[in-house]
Amino acid sequence: MPGRLVTRRRLLPVLPALTLVAMLGPVVAGLYGTVLPAFGHLPAAGLTGPSLEAMRGLFDWPGLPRAVTLSLTTGITTTAIALAIVMGLVAGWSGTAAFRALERALSPLLSVPHAAAAFGLAFLIAPSGWVARATSPWLTGWDRPPDLLIVQDTWGLTMTAGLVIKEIPFLLLMTLAALGQTDAPRARTIAASLGYGRVTGWLKCVFPRVYAQIRLPVYVVLAYGMSVVDVAVILGPNTPPPLSVQIVRWMGEPDFAARLLANAGALLQLALVIAALAVWRLAEGVVAWAGRRWIATGGRFCGDRAIAATALGLSATAAFAIAGGIAVLVVWSFAGFWGFPDAMPDALTLKNWMRHAAGLGDALTQTAVIAISVTAVALVLTIGCLEAEHRHGLRMTRRGMWLLYLPLIIPQTAFLPGLQTLLLNAGADTGQAPVMLAHLVFVLPYVYLSLADPFRAWDVRNATVAAALGASPDRVLWRVRLPMLLRPLLTATAIGLSVSVGQYLPTLLIGGGRVSTLTTEAVALASGGDRRAIATYGLMQTAAALVPFALALGIPALIWRNRKGLQHG
Amino acid sequence: MDKGLTLQDVRISKNGAPMVSLDWHIGPGQVLSVMGPSGVGKSTLLSFVTGTLPPAFAATGRVLLDGRDVTDAAPHQRMIGILFQDDLLFPHLSVGENLAFGLRPGGSRSQRRAKVDAALAEVDLAGFADRDPATLSGGQKARVALMRMLLSDPCALLLDEAFSRLDAALRAQVRDLVFARARDRDLPVLMVTHDAEDAAAAGGAVVTLG
Amino acid sequence: MKYLALLAAVAATPAWSQADPADWDAVTSAAQGQTVFWNAWGGSTTTNDFIAWVGERVAEDYGVTLEHVKLTDTADAVTRVLSEKQAGTDTDGAIDMIWINGANFAAMKEADLLFGPFAEQLPNWQYVDVDGKTVQTDFTVPVEGYESPWAMAQVVFVYDSADMEPLGSMQAILDWSTANPGRFTYPQPPDFLGTTFLKQVLVDTLDDPSVLQSPATDENYDTVTAPLWDYLYALTPTLWREGRAYPATGTAMFPLIADAELDLSISFSPGAASTAIANSELPDTVRTFVLDKGTIGNASFVAIPYNSGSAEGAMVVANFLMSPEAQARAQDPDVLGYGTVLDMDKLDADQRAAFDALELGVATLSPAELGTVQAEPHPSWMTRIADDWVTRYGVAQ
Repeated sequence: MPGRLVTRRRLLPVLPALTLVAMLGPVVAGLYGTVLPAFGHLPAAGLTGPSLEAMRGLFDWPGLPRAVTLSLTTGITTTAIALAIVMGLVAGWSGTAAFRALERALSPLLSVPHAAAAFGLAFLIAPSGWVARATSPWLTGWDRPPDLLIVQDTWGLTMTAGLVIKEIPFLLLMTLAALGQTDAPRARTIAASLGYGRVTGWLKCVFPRVYAQIRLPVYVVLAYGMSVVDVAVILGPNTPPPLSVQIVRWMGEPDFAARLLANAGALLQLALVIAALAVWRLAEGVVAWAGRRWIATGGRFCGDRAIAATALGLSATAAFAIAGGIAVLVVWSFAGFWGFPDAMPDALTLKNWMRHAAGLGDALTQTAVIAISVTAVALVLTIGCLEAEHRHGLRMTRRGMWLLYLPLIIPQTAFLPGLQTLLLNAGADTGQAPVMLAHLVFVLPYVYLSLADPFRAWDVRNATVAAALGASPDRVLWRVRLPMLLRPLLTATAIGLSVSVGQYLPTLLIGGGRVSTLTTEAVALASGGDRRAIATYGLMQTAAALVPFALALGIPALIWRNRKGLQHG
Repeated sequence: MDKGLTLQDVRISKNGAPMVSLDWHIGPGQVLSVMGPSGVGKSTLLSFVTGTLPPAFAATGRVLLDGRDVTDAAPHQRMIGILFQDDLLFPHLSVGENLAFGLRPGGSRSQRRAKVDAALAEVDLAGFADRDPATLSGGQKARVALMRMLLSDPCALLLDEAFSRLDAALRAQVRDLVFARARDRDLPVLMVTHDAEDAAAAGGAVVTLG
Repeated sequence: MKYLALLAAVAATPAWSQADPADWDAVTSAAQGQTVFWNAWGGSTTTNDFIAWVGERVAEDYGVTLEHVKLTDTADAVTRVLSEKQAGTDTDGAIDMIWINGANFAAMKEADLLFGPFAEQLPNWQYVDVDGKTVQTDFTVPVEGYESPWAMAQVVFVYDSADMEPLGSMQAILDWSTANPGRFTYPQPPDFLGTTFLKQVLVDTLDDPSVLQSPATDENYDTVTAPLWDYLYALTPTLWREGRAYPATGTAMFPLIADAELDLSISFSPGAASTAIANSELPDTVRTFVLDKGTIGNASFVAIPYNSGSAEGAMVVANFLMSPEAQARAQDPDVLGYGTVLDMDKLDADQRAAFDALELGVATLSPAELGTVQAEPHPSWMTRIADDWVTRYGVAQ
């Protein structure tokens, strides 16, 4: 017994360090593994650097200017539009019934995987998509799909749209969490009493405070938009593709020179993201300066109604685009022959589902095994960190927050190729375990971010009372704190599961092709264009991410149905 | 052997600045009321006694309980009960489970159940064992919190503004109940309050901080 | 010649622990209980279903577990083996079998990354049509038993008979596309089928395509391929989306035909259109045609990486793929609709009956109608043409 106590005491303070290693170790190792081959050093292939050969090859690739431009424009446009819509929405509507309705609609949409949302959007707005089918020929006069380049358009606009609809729920939830710490309602009341319009008052008084809180999530969106692969494969252009997709292609070529190119590209990708972040940071300064001048003018209105209406319209469109996308996936998954311009298939059939049942089952099992293990480890590490903070006062600093966001800001395409090369060089077995470690890098920050606030907000006087009643710290944790935090724990679990379910690149690159999850299978199907197969896999992927959220809502309601004190919150 | 709660030359400082200094012995069944405006360090003093002093504070001096030095003991090993201004009944447990949480381990299921029922009966709450604490009135919750604490057999009792959330009529009633039970069990009581009426009702010594 | 190849293989694989292909009993007993990771393109549901069926059958008969590793690009598998070799993973690599194309076969054979020779020692090799089908060369590269054939493919053009008539030459296709802009496209090179389309253009527009049988040289490349680039210059503006985007693969064009976005596309599998009609992926008015001068054809092969830990299991699978049972199933248009590599004359009556009983499907041409098979050009042409295409059309204008 005393021995056990001693190990416990030693283990808990180590957990924060272990968590940092689990989260940042692969990132640092991957970057290291990227830099060497990017400068021509790949001993495994008999190449010793440094040489600028790979860099030169990269800059000789004729598609580079466009690929780089695409990476920059999609990332920056996505972030700016999604941020503007969310800010307009919160400014114009927070506290109203419409806002609560939209908030409820957007929250589950956050968990819809990017790939499924992208497929859904493609099936909606392609020239042969549901929108065109529903309005043809009676409205449009089309009896054939128009020859319009909508999906995979050269400028990446559809890809940007696909990213925006997925980032709106993310930024909105982050903003709502930040609002709690900004005393917004009173600021709004003061501004209103001084005669400011709803939106103007919010932008002038609350926005600066909120933005300071959501700065890191905004950077995550920017970095993600610049380097995303799965959405780009589904919706992005191909002549040439964005840089990230080209990096993955090079990784897949049978030639070591291409692998060097991929690593050089990965390094360029990293430099681009850093540059874009720097530009964004500068822009923040410019906006702040302009904002201060604007505030000093004392203007009370600036098209408040138009901004509020536009923001509401656009976010409702985003919600409908995701929900409609899921709906069209459902229809395709049951579709018999479905020619254009019929609004519905000739027949509905279970054949597609039966045909894919075995494959779906295998992929679902693989997905679940990975997601559940990774989330369990993430929960243990997170609770360990937070409990260590509580017991030993090891509190995370502002810099610590940056570390937490680092794996989300450094583009996946920048360090995963290097990590794969390192693993290969080390002769490490590919497969499930390395994939789980790679998933953990992305699951941990989200689980931590979602659990940290409720865990810290818990009234520690409960712990004092329990201790005064003779309960040991472990008993307090297991019998009082965790049960009381069941709801946020399950939410964090659901978030962890859905993040793992949605991972494409780590599964593909680190799994070495041996690990097939619903996401890798669905994206692999994209090239085949079989819409029925894509629909079944996309839906299954969505279900795998959504069901845990439903359970996270349902389980506490069921368990605590006789406990009024825990039914809200 | 010196029964009671002894604060031996206790000095608490925050970031080097002295806040509280107290040297006192509270005998069994006696009440010491500590008064003073908010922010003066009354609750900090209690957290030192319970062993949950936040890291920003530094303290010297000893806490002796019935002659036993508990200054370095873990909070759950000190046998010092505390009541806050909120009842802090655990919302995920029923009333009976809350009481059982406080009850020291040992005894059969039925014996434990009987003790819980007896404790409820003692404060006129017989039959409340299966109730959800959130459905109780303020006075009922305060009584359950008191009994939960007493079931853990504490050797001393701390009151952290324990009555300040209750309305005037209820307040006197609960206060009398708490002091009566503490006297019955010969517990030394350290009460922190900003309300002179509490101190007067306690009838013991009064120390004013700040 | 074969002896030399064997020597080379032994030299290249110091960790030779796999069973001798000629001792079939040893192979099957070693294969018992092995798991074979077959890396094959995973974008087609029908192929995936067929591979799953193969897995069930080899599990029943030989106790071999087959895992289909679904790839978006078979080159991924080649990279993997190459990386493993560089990393010194000479035994029990991640891949046991690859559905391999000609260019990758040439590269892997050249780099000593393949196990073998084994194909001609497999028991079912006795049924293979060695004379009538191109199963001993792959893109002009001698196979020498380093890969085993399992399906025949030939270029056919898939068209919707409700909207157009068959066409006889690439020139006719250009004329038709000019008159009906936006109704034709091909998969984006370096996709295999897309590159095949480019080769088909070249083979059909050259007066004497025999020059393509020798490796491309810096001297003759520009002259020989000039007609191809002229053709594309004229064709591209008339393509679907004006050539600003291309479908990723051949099967990705089926939904475009089903939606009537396209009237004409290309396929490398003569029976695929009939199969797609059966699966309600194509309207039943779709048919196929070949060009007057014939179209390019080749065999599909599977190869075994040198570092497979389950080479015996992989040989069992490769052998099963050549069995009359598997070949007849693959040719069934309701299943795959792939051409067989077997010689009907070498089969006994029962075995042949299974093939004779097949309804080839409304859109499938008979062997006679498929006509002349044009030989694949040397892989060096394909590599250079694909690279050039990417520079000219694949990275934007």
